[in-house]
Amino acid sequence: MDFLNAFVALSNFVLIPGIAYGSQLALGALGVTLIYGILRFSNFAHGDTMAFGTMVTILFTWLFQSWGISAGPLPTALLALPIGIVFTMALVVVTDRAVFKFYREQKAKPVVFVMVSLGVMFMMNGLVRFIIGPGDQRFGDGERFIIKARAFKNMTGLDEGLAIKTSQGITVITAIIVVALLFWFLNKTRTGKSMRAYSDNEDLALLSGINPERVVIITWLIVAALATIAGTLYGLDKSFKPFTYFQLLLPIFAAAIVGGLGSPLGAIAGGFVIAMSEVMITYAWKKVGGYILPESLAPDGLAQLLSTDYKFAVSFAILVIVLLFKPTGIFKGKAV
Amino acid sequence: MSDTLKHTLLFVGVGLLLVLEGTTTAFGVFSGSWNSSLTILNMGLISAIMALGVNLQWGFAGLFNVGIMGFTALGGLAVVLTSMSPTPGAWEAGGQQILLALVLGAATIGLAILAYQKMTAGLARTAAMLAILIVGFVIYRAVLDPGVEAVEGINAALEGNIGGLGLPVLMAWPLGGLLAAGVAWLIGKTALGLRSDYLAIATLGIAEIIIAVLKNEDWLSRGVKNVVGLPRPLPYEVDLQADPAFVEKAASWGLDATTASTIYVKLGYSALFAIVLLVLLWMAQMALKSPWGRMMRAIRDNEVAANAMGKHVTRRHLQIFILGSAICGVAGAMMTTLDSQLTPGTYNPLRFTFLIWVMVIVGGSGNNFGAVLGGLLVWFLWIKVEPLGVLVIEMITSGMAEDSGLRAHLLESAAHMRLFTMGLILLLVLRFSPRGLIPEK
Repeated sequence: MDFLNAFVALSNFVLIPGIAYGSQLALGALGVTLIYGILRFSNFAHGDTMAFGTMVTILFTWLFQSWGISAGPLPTALLALPIGIVFTMALVVVTDRAVFKFYREQKAKPVVFVMVSLGVMFMMNGLVRFIIGPGDQRFGDGERFIIKARAFKNMTGLDEGLAIKTSQGITVITAIIVVALLFWFLNKTRTGKSMRAYSDNEDLALLSGINPERVVIITWLIVAALATIAGTLYGLDKSFKPFTYFQLLLPIFAAAIVGGLGSPLGAIAGGFVIAMSEVMITYAWKKVGGYILPESLAPDGLAQLLSTDYKFAVSFAILVIVLLFKPTGIFKGKAV
Repeated sequence: MSDTLKHTLLFVGVGLLLVLEGTTTAFGVFSGSWNSSLTILNMGLISAIMALGVNLQWGFAGLFNVGIMGFTALGGLAVVLTSMSPTPGAWEAGGQQILLALVLGAATIGLAILAYQKMTAGLARTAAMLAILIVGFVIYRAVLDPGVEAVEGINAALEGNIGGLGLPVLMAWPLGGLLAAGVAWLIGKTALGLRSDYLAIATLGIAEIIIAVLKNEDWLSRGVKNVVGLPRPLPYEVDLQADPAFVEKAASWGLDATTASTIYVKLGYSALFAIVLLVLLWMAQMALKSPWGRMMRAIRDNEVAANAMGKHVTRRHLQIFILGSAICGVAGAMMTTLDSQLTPGTYNPLRFTFLIWVMVIVGGSGNNFGAVLGGLLVWFLWIKVEPLGVLVIEMITSGMAEDSGLRAHLLESAAHMRLFTMGLILLLVLRFSPRGLIPEK
């Protein structure tokens, strides 16, 4: 038995990728949950908003690279990120004015909003494919690893290596900063409080003199920033492909529902629950098992519960379980 | 102009578009080939059937299903499972074992549900359910894996799947509907009765999973290796061309044998699809007019009031959700029959789910004729937006230099205009004419 090696192997293949992926999902789910809390519909265009923001970031990254600007060991994309956020903010505000506002004034049913968001999703998807094409894009540069597997082995003398990619480190740090800022904004500032009040009880908020249109616009701005950051981090960590971003909708929605739609804290918890389950269920446990279990019990096969192609099935299974047993989610969201 | 006249003219308009497609190459959009025109018509008829199914769910009951792709794919799978001849030796080698594993898997879930219902809530119940599920999963995998390996090992280059029952391919259409209905029951049971958005998210998920299963379970559907050469309900073109009687008949019409045979087969499919469409349309119309249809619309318009009148809202929703999904399954089986191959890699939610939604909304939700019109019209547009897009972009960029990089990029990306245009059409219709071309009465 060799717990140390087992733990390092576990960290390398499960914990670190899981935490990075969980942070990305959490940021995505925060966007979905904020829209749900304030505008009261499930925004199907969220995945494509992420794709749009990431695309703008990529284009400016390339521009900066051609100018010879770089961020040293960090990826250049971090410099382009603010520009991506500004463009995405402009896009979602224009979309809201041109599309969603009309239905808000009509007090349309949530399901109509969802359908309208489908139309928006189509257009954004077409726009992204039109500008950058449907293919895979890699835009990470700078130092690739914080710790390399070999260096870690030499340093500690263990059999197992531990590699931490720069993108993973950046993801976690950025996610912590963004979430801290968001919670400070929601809990401490006047605007943030008015947003929460509006989310809790629309009529009461209106009576207290809160301007609903202002709340809505601020929500969209925050969501645009969250979506762009989440998308760029995901793209740095893996790669950018418009269709993959559309498919991220499912784990993101699952995360938001598991945590409780409308609850920011729930979105973060949900993101990690989904990401960890996805990574753990599709990971081949043979190596870790080989270290912990006595030789006679060591698994013969890969000891993989499901093949990686079924990662959607994991999000979906968790979603179904939550819908069956606790439709309001872990943190008592508002939806029933 | 009376409504009936207007609606008839709309259908005539779509017919005219198809005739133009068959006869003229004017405007750079039409191709002037009857083969192409009939291809569009056939897919249009299938799309119209899918739109009927979705209209049943959305137009009658207000249910939002975004998993149409999944139900379509299940229909396709049904074609493989019914019409292919069984792979020799597969049943003995591993087929029985796979079936046993599936039964065991179902039994595990059944046991877990039983434990949930019979035991009192608490830690003991959670532990018992988890234990049942974990032990059940281990047994399931232990039985399933060797079976799958055995089946996939049989002549892997050509077969490697269990094949089907060897029944006539037309039998697959109702069976595809049944398969889709079964899955719809599972989804409906979990997601109906909750918020309306939840059904959307659950159906979105199940569609992705069905596609993942088709892509990865090689023993079932050969995965991305595709199942080709599915039996056809109609004769093959080469056989027709070899038949002297047919060639003579074609010559008397002034056609060469090749063109005549392809058109003959396509017309045959058109006739088959039109029969299915008409039967389903008649059934949907009868349902709409019946007390059941009125009850459905009452539930859609005011669930609380309908509930107070003693209608079981969730149960009715489940019923109509299953019916609509079954229709999508039938359409999926028809589509796979038309292609005579199952290609799990080509299922794409934008094409198979959201496009159908555009059809229903544009045609007129709540009106069966509207759904059919939307299916035919939007399918025609979907095919023709691409050449139109290229045309428009050529016009816009005609002032630019021949070797301009921007021009090349724009021309290359013109194909993606499709999604953009479909989104735009959906938004415009929802905004300015939410009742569609043929509104509900």
